[in-house]
Amino acid sequence: MNSSHYLIDSGRRNRRFLTQTEQQEEQESLSHIEGDMLQVISLEGKINAQLEPKLSVEDLKKLYKTMVLTRVLDTKCMNMQRQGRIGFYVPCAGQEAAQIGSAFAATAEDWIVPTYRDQGVALIRGLDLRKLIAHLMGNSSDSMMGKQMPNHWGFSEIHFMSVASPIAAQLPVATGIAMSMKLKKKDTIVLAYHGDGATSEGDFHAAYNFAGVYKAPVIFICENNGWAISVPVARQTAAATLAIKAEAYGFDGVRVDGNDILAVYKATKLAIDRARSGGGPTMIECLTYRMGPHSTSDDPTKYRTKEEIEFWKKRDPIERFKNYLELRGVWNQDFENKARTVVDEEINRAIEEEEKIPPPETSSIFKDVYAEEPASLREQEKEELSYESSSKE
Amino acid sequence: MPTINIVQAVNQALKEEMRRDDRIVVLGEDVGRDGGVFRATEGLYDEFGPDRVMDTPLAESGIIGTAIGMAIYGLNPVPEIQFLDFIYPAFDQIVTNLAKLRYRSGGQYSCHLVVRAPYGGGIKGGHYHSQSSEAYFTHTAGLKVVIPSSPYDTKGLLLSSLRDPDPIIFLEPKRIYRAVKGEIPEGEFTVPIGKARIAREGRDVSILAYGAMLHVAMDAAEAAKKNGVEADVVDLRTLVPLDIDAILSSVQKTGRVIIVHEAPRTSGFGAEISAQIAERAIEYLKGPILRVTGYDTPFPYTLEEYYLPSVPKVLKAIEKLMQY
Repeated sequence: MNSSHYLIDSGRRNRRFLTQTEQQEEQESLSHIEGDMLQVISLEGKINAQLEPKLSVEDLKKLYKTMVLTRVLDTKCMNMQRQGRIGFYVPCAGQEAAQIGSAFAATAEDWIVPTYRDQGVALIRGLDLRKLIAHLMGNSSDSMMGKQMPNHWGFSEIHFMSVASPIAAQLPVATGIAMSMKLKKKDTIVLAYHGDGATSEGDFHAAYNFAGVYKAPVIFICENNGWAISVPVARQTAAATLAIKAEAYGFDGVRVDGNDILAVYKATKLAIDRARSGGGPTMIECLTYRMGPHSTSDDPTKYRTKEEIEFWKKRDPIERFKNYLELRGVWNQDFENKARTVVDEEINRAIEEEEKIPPPETSSIFKDVYAEEPASLREQEKEELSYESSSKE
Repeated sequence: MPTINIVQAVNQALKEEMRRDDRIVVLGEDVGRDGGVFRATEGLYDEFGPDRVMDTPLAESGIIGTAIGMAIYGLNPVPEIQFLDFIYPAFDQIVTNLAKLRYRSGGQYSCHLVVRAPYGGGIKGGHYHSQSSEAYFTHTAGLKVVIPSSPYDTKGLLLSSLRDPDPIIFLEPKRIYRAVKGEIPEGEFTVPIGKARIAREGRDVSILAYGAMLHVAMDAAEAAKKNGVEADVVDLRTLVPLDIDAILSSVQKTGRVIIVHEAPRTSGFGAEISAQIAERAIEYLKGPILRVTGYDTPFPYTLEEYYLPSVPKVLKAIEKLMQY
């Protein structure tokens, strides 16, 4: 049991004794990474052997390749949006460790309730890359049948819940899925993802509160990337950390270096083991950074400094893991080159194939509103199709 | 045939279906030990235990949100919102998740559940225990909206709702929870969703109503008889899907339409019915479509009887239409 004492730390810091100026300075600094947090690989590449998870070389390689895949895909998707080949995109660069490290600790039977920024989670769960691209394009192979804008995915084959835009709306649902698992006496768990902004929403409270009361097997992965579009985390809460919020709901919150994939994996694994054995929920606050814009629709230079971006570039989660792998003798330049070539080819092929797929049929607009299409919708469908046939004449 | 009231009909439907279907779980505020503030869930906790009859924390978005999760993971939850007036914290869950899950996931996921809520005025409940906000839900694609007016329909429609694959807002007219009694057959029976009921036949004017207002419409129809007017009364039973065919055949017969509902007039469901009749049967109309509804004010406390549609108000509308 003993390693689970790492989960107890909620990273409290005593702000009460800071002067007002100090508090202000703190808010404006890059402080959300400071303070106590679980770390396995330090910035200098030092390893905390006591905490280091025992992963096989194969697993380590898989984690690294998925990080690279996620990053390269991210860059390509941003470019594709600029070229008008996809309508919109929400990048996740910088958050690969938090996403991939946490999701890797779950099994295929566990459920994921993601956000629109969790492509890394989907990819480590083994999602077919073409399915991801098809969704971004909204073509007729899209699992969502073109019903949702890009990044609003859901892939039942990997138990990856469908996403809605309103922030934190997924969280009570995640708790409910976990409550159902418990009632059905399954030993599966739910990983529920959310950002720092979500902690301000009422649904965050409802979800955490129900999770605590019902001891639901749900692990909340809070990807604290410092920014909710243009609003810094210091403007979301006056609490010293986000992790301490869990305590008020009767369960543990732990702060983890979200750019350290092994730390994220370790914390999530401990929390999952505990949830699976009836120990209830845990919140894991992953301190990370959104290296890019919120989405293709905003310009972060309006609200973030160059210094901040530079600060975080030095903390790139992929670099950190690469250093570790090099120390372990798993990584070398040749491995890197091969991995990148494979990833490039895979992505390019998937894009090329999916661009050939036509959009969904017009009548699909009216499908899946209800289990069966009601007469009123059949009538509206007929109306829509009549416009189409008259415009062809 | 046994005679029961509406709240007993709810209770029977839940109890009997919970015995048949162990996926059903009831959750909400005070639904367990207390049996619900209107006693609709009385006895369920004792029979089925705390895992299937959950007294939840006091949070509507949590009740509906977690119920959605449970539905996604194979349960058949029946959340109760204590008063429809308290549903607004859960509105985002209903509109964002409940109504859209099947559509937005391309049919990969769905969440069937029945949200039960007592609604409507007439109990001296003021703004926050009296509202009729059905139109918000009828305006949200993906939901079905069911409103019974009798014990028979309550039991039959609730059973159909519990077996329906889509999310359902099931509104119970609390004003007549105990006031309206009726016979129901022994054993299992259902009433189909999407079928209106001709509550009374008449050739002169169609009165369209649902929930507690059905009884106002019926009483007005009886009273109009004295003046030689025979009203056709249609109990809509479900607003979505709407049985437009039943409405149109009544309208084609009478050529006169009065719609009665408690909800405020502007953008109330009567506006939708009115538009559909105008679009489809305007040539049959002998006069304007009239609405007897709540006013466009918040729901008043002391003067609620003036706010609510009543038999004299409906009679006035009948008179106006007959003289048109």
